[in-house]
Amino acid sequence: MAAGQPALRRRSIAPRLGRVLAPYLLILPGGGWMLVFFLLPIVTLLVTSLQSGDFVTGFEFTWNFANYGLGLDLYAVQYLHAIEYGGSATIVALLVAYPAAYWIAFRAGPRKSAYLLAVLLPFFVSFVIRTLSWETLLSDNGPLLGPLKAASLLPSEFRILATPIAVTGGLAYTFFPFMLLPIYVSLEKIDRRLIEAAQDLFADPVQVFRRVILPLSFPGIFAGVLLMGIPAIADYVNQDLLGGVGTTMVGRVIEQQFEVNINYPLAASLAFGLMLGLLAMLLIYQRIFGTREIMGD
Amino acid sequence: MSIDRELPEYLDPSFLRGLIQQRITRRTALKGAGAVSLTAALAACGQLPSTGSTAAHVNWVWDKATKASVLDFANWPLYIDTAQNAAGGTTYPSLEQFTKDTGIKVNYSEPIQDDASFFAKIAPALKQGQPIGYDLMVITNGIQMTNLQLKHWLTELDPTKLPNFTKNAAPRLLKRDFDPGNKFTVPWQSGFTGIGYNPSLTGREITSFADLFDPKFAGKVGMMSGNQDTGNLTLLGLGIDPATSTPNDWKKAADKLKKQRDAGIVRKYYDQSYIKSLSAGDTWISMAWSGDIFQANLSAGNQNLKFVLPKEGGVIWTDNMCIPVGAAHPVDAITYMNYVYQPSVAAMLAESINYVTPVPSAKQEIEQQAAQASDQATKDSLSQTSGSTLVFPSAAEFGKTHYYRILNASEATQWNDIFNAVILG
Repeated sequence: MAAGQPALRRRSIAPRLGRVLAPYLLILPGGGWMLVFFLLPIVTLLVTSLQSGDFVTGFEFTWNFANYGLGLDLYAVQYLHAIEYGGSATIVALLVAYPAAYWIAFRAGPRKSAYLLAVLLPFFVSFVIRTLSWETLLSDNGPLLGPLKAASLLPSEFRILATPIAVTGGLAYTFFPFMLLPIYVSLEKIDRRLIEAAQDLFADPVQVFRRVILPLSFPGIFAGVLLMGIPAIADYVNQDLLGGVGTTMVGRVIEQQFEVNINYPLAASLAFGLMLGLLAMLLIYQRIFGTREIMGD
Repeated sequence: MSIDRELPEYLDPSFLRGLIQQRITRRTALKGAGAVSLTAALAACGQLPSTGSTAAHVNWVWDKATKASVLDFANWPLYIDTAQNAAGGTTYPSLEQFTKDTGIKVNYSEPIQDDASFFAKIAPALKQGQPIGYDLMVITNGIQMTNLQLKHWLTELDPTKLPNFTKNAAPRLLKRDFDPGNKFTVPWQSGFTGIGYNPSLTGREITSFADLFDPKFAGKVGMMSGNQDTGNLTLLGLGIDPATSTPNDWKKAADKLKKQRDAGIVRKYYDQSYIKSLSAGDTWISMAWSGDIFQANLSAGNQNLKFVLPKEGGVIWTDNMCIPVGAAHPVDAITYMNYVYQPSVAAMLAESINYVTPVPSAKQEIEQQAAQASDQATKDSLSQTSGSTLVFPSAAEFGKTHYYRILNASEATQWNDIFNAVILG
C-alpha cells in the first residue's frame, strides 16, 4: 500500500514515544494535584509535628516524637469522645437515612427530585447558623423544652444542651446528606427486574429486602459511613456550640492548639495521630465490610 | 515587673512595608516558599543596629508618616457606642463625630472575639513583616500583649501626639506593669471579671466566689474558656495573689476547677457567648465581664441580671489601643487615640458601653448632661451611668481587684497546659 507508507514511517517513532509518555502525561494533572494539595501539606504537617519550642522563641525541627506521647497522654479522653460521638452519630444517621432513601428511591414516584431537594435544602444555609439555631431551640427554657417543663412533663432540671446527646444529634444532623445520598444512589440503580424475579421465586417482602435489596445497597452504605464518619469524628463546631463540660472532641482540641494557643507542633501531632487512627480504622472497616465495587476489586 | 526583651531588632515599619509592597508582586507571593525567604531576607535588610535609642525609634516612624485620612480600626463586638440610622443600619456616633472633626474616615470592624485567637490570626503576617490590614487594634493586657511587645510588633508611640491622654487619663493608667510609661499602648476601656447572676433564678444574692461551686446550681454555672480570666479569678478565690503566684498555686487552682467540673457543677466553659446563656436562663450564675451585664439588661428588656465582684477579689483588665508594626496609617491611628481622651468623647463611649472609662473627668461631663436632659428617662439613665461604680470605680473596687498574672513565654506554656487540661476536658 503505497499511500500507507509515509503514515507507517511516522507511526514508527513518534507514536511509540507518545504511547510511552501517554500514561505519564495523563497522570500529570492528577499527580500534580495530589503533590501540591495532598502530599506537601501532609509532609509539612508531619515535619511540624516533630518540632519543639514555643511561638515566641520560635519552633525548631528536632525529631521531637515526644509530642505524640504528650498529645495522647493529655487528650486520650477527647480522642475517645470523638470516636464515641462521631461513631454513634454515624449509626443514628444510617438508621434514619436508609428508610428515607429507600422510600425516595422506591415509593416517591415522579416527585423523587423534589424530595431529594427537600433533603438538601437546609444545607444551603451555613451549618454554623443551623447549629446556632439548634442551640436556641434546645435551650433549657426554649421553645421545645419550655412548654414541656411548664406542663410538668419534664423535670425542671432536664436539659439537652451541654450533653453528649446534643453533640451526637448535632453531628448526625449536620452530616446527614453525606449518608443519605450514596445510599439513595445505590438503591436507585438496583435493577427492578431482580426484585420481580425474587417475588416470582416466592420470596416474601422481608426476604426480598434481606436477600436482594440490602446486599445490593451495601456499596452505598459503605460509602455513606465513610463520607459521614470521617468528618463527624473530626468535627469541632457541634460540640463547641451544643456540647458542654466533658464533651470535648479531639477536633476542638486541635483547633484550640492551632488557633488559640499557637502550639503548632502539638496541634500537628494531634492531627496526624487522628489521621493515622482514622486510617487504621478505615483499613479494618474495609477488611470487614469492604465490597469489591467500592475498593476496585 | 518589666518585660525582658530579646536583642532589639527594630524594624522600621514604613521602610519595610515599602520594600515588601514594591517588590513582592502577587506572582512571587504565590510562589510560597520563595516569598517567605525573600521576606526573611528583606526583614534582615530592614534590621537596625541594636544601638538606636528609643527616641530614634519613635522618630523613625513619626517623622516620615503623614496623615492619610483613613483609619482601619479593629475592635471587639459591643464595645463602642452605636445608633440606628433611618434605614435601620448601625451607625457609630462617636466615629462620625471623629470624621467630622478630623476628616479621617474610619473603617470600623469587630474581628476580635478573644485575644488568643486574634493574636494567632495576625501573628503569621507580623512574623513575615507584612501589614495586617489594621492600623489600630484593641488588645487586653495579658499573654498576647506581652508577646506583641516581646516580638517588637507594636509601633512605639510618640507622646507628643497624645496631649489629651497625658492630661485626662486616670493616674492609675500611667504606671502599668505591662507597659511602663505607655510606650506602646493607651487604654481603650478597663473592666472587671466577676460574677453575673440572675437573682430570680438563684433565689439569693451572690457575694462569694464559693457560690460558683454551690452544688445547688449544678449544671447552671458558667465558667469562662479564656484561661486568664478563669485562672486568675480562681487564684483569688483561693486567697492567692496572682501577681506572686507560682506554678504550684496554678495547679491548686486547676484542681479546684477540676473538682467543680467533675462534680457536674459547670455547664460549659464559655467564650463571649456566656452572656447569651445567662440571658436565656441556661445558666443562672456565671463568670462575667462587668459591662456585658449592663448591656444585656438593656437589650433583653430589663431582666435584672446583676454583677458582683466576689468578696475574695475580682480581676481587673485593661483593653489597650495599639498600632501594629507595618500599619499603613499610623498618624490617623494616633490621632484617634488622642481623640477619645477628650472627656466629651469618653463620656459618649461610657454611656453606651458601661465599662470602666480611662477618663475620670467624663463623670462631670455625664452629670452635666444629666442635669440638662429634658426627659426623665434619659436623666435617669445618665445619672445611673455617672453613679455606677463599674464605670467610675471607687478606691474600694480598685482595692479588691487584681490584674492578670504577667507571664513570660515559658510560664505561659505552663499556665496554658495546666488550665487547658481542665477547660478542654
